[in-house]
Amino acid sequence: MTAARDAAAAVVDPELRVITIDELGVLRGVTEDPGTGAVTVTITPTYSGCPAMDVIRADIRTALRRAGYDRVEVMTSYGPPWSTDWISESGRAKLAAAGIAPPARVAAPAVIPVTALRRRLTVADAPPCPRCGSAETEEIAHFGSTACKALRRCRSCAEPFDHVKPL
Amino acid sequence: MTTDLFEYVLRIGDDALIAAQRLAEWSTRAPEMEEDIALSNIALDQLGVARAMLTYAGELEGAGRGEDDLAFLREDREFRNCLLVELPNGDFAVTMARLLFLSAYQGSLYDGLVGSADGRLAGVAAKARKESAYHVDHAAQWTVRLGDGTAESHKRMQAAVDDLWPYTHELFGSDAIVSGVAEAGVGVDPASLREGWTEAVSSVLDEATLTRPADGWAPGGGRDGLHTEHLSYLLSEMQVLHRAHPGASW
Repeated sequence: MTAARDAAAAVVDPELRVITIDELGVLRGVTEDPGTGAVTVTITPTYSGCPAMDVIRADIRTALRRAGYDRVEVMTSYGPPWSTDWISESGRAKLAAAGIAPPARVAAPAVIPVTALRRRLTVADAPPCPRCGSAETEEIAHFGSTACKALRRCRSCAEPFDHVKPL
Repeated sequence: MTTDLFEYVLRIGDDALIAAQRLAEWSTRAPEMEEDIALSNIALDQLGVARAMLTYAGELEGAGRGEDDLAFLREDREFRNCLLVELPNGDFAVTMARLLFLSAYQGSLYDGLVGSADGRLAGVAAKARKESAYHVDHAAQWTVRLGDGTAESHKRMQAAVDDLWPYTHELFGSDAIVSGVAEAGVGVDPASLREGWTEAVSSVLDEATLTRPADGWAPGGGRDGLHTEHLSYLLSEMQVLHRAHPGASW
């Protein structure tokens, strides 16, 4: 059981290559049927249309086959919905070390009543520059290189950087 | 009830699917790189909802149809999307006005579906509502920038709002299907979303110095499969590969 879980947990996210799917909070469960040896892995998408999901499924199957598990099923679960709060502390540290600003904690459910409409990053949500640590950063584009990231720029060192958007 | 739920889920899925296809038409054609990526990302979110909904619809129908069968092998009369999503992209103002109207509607719909007695619908909605908030914000920012911009951008943004406004009425139409699923605690009666939607959209139009059009002509029919001519052209492009190579995967 732990061997199967360890193998699935070590799979690296194909878009945020510095952290595992376990640290990202995408891995929801690994169960093994003691009778048949069949393994069921449950994952959840970060964003509804995240194109990395197919790669993650394939990588999980490969990792488990290498660990000696031939019968693997990968299930997708939508509830409860993934939130950036599920990114682990070690995951956040690795993102920051790779120059990707981790998301602020969402604390309360990140639901904006539709009447409020305008979702704005408050100053408290604005991440410090992952390179020089300056708090003076600005958003260049809401939607960055992947669905889960925005593109920002540091006003102090002028470096652009990715930011995992709070969701 | 299962047949009604199939129809209901299909409506939500088809709205998202056709919106995704239209947004994807901007890929490599948007006015700037950041916008190209933004519209593609929003299209992906829409496609994600569409895939989840069409997969579920196929299961409800129980006839062995999967997401691909429903997306690629139906004719225009079998699609249940609203007319708003199938209209051509027009200029950038039209695209943004449509995104504002649609995502404000979808956001409030998904908000309501989070409390659905149907776990599948509630699960997809709980994820999609947070994405809709980003879509609404993106469209609202552009609506304000263009509406409260130059004389030319203001003129175009107002024209876009005027052209699309009649098509928003269909979003809130009720019929036996939505009434049934709403009474069962599974769906949301779209008529109940209208007040909040109008308030939200009006506040953006105000900030953008745009005039909210008067209500009048209210085209509809999409929920019954009666579409504009534009949907057929969209479908022929979207479906051609799958029809030419049945069952192909990559």
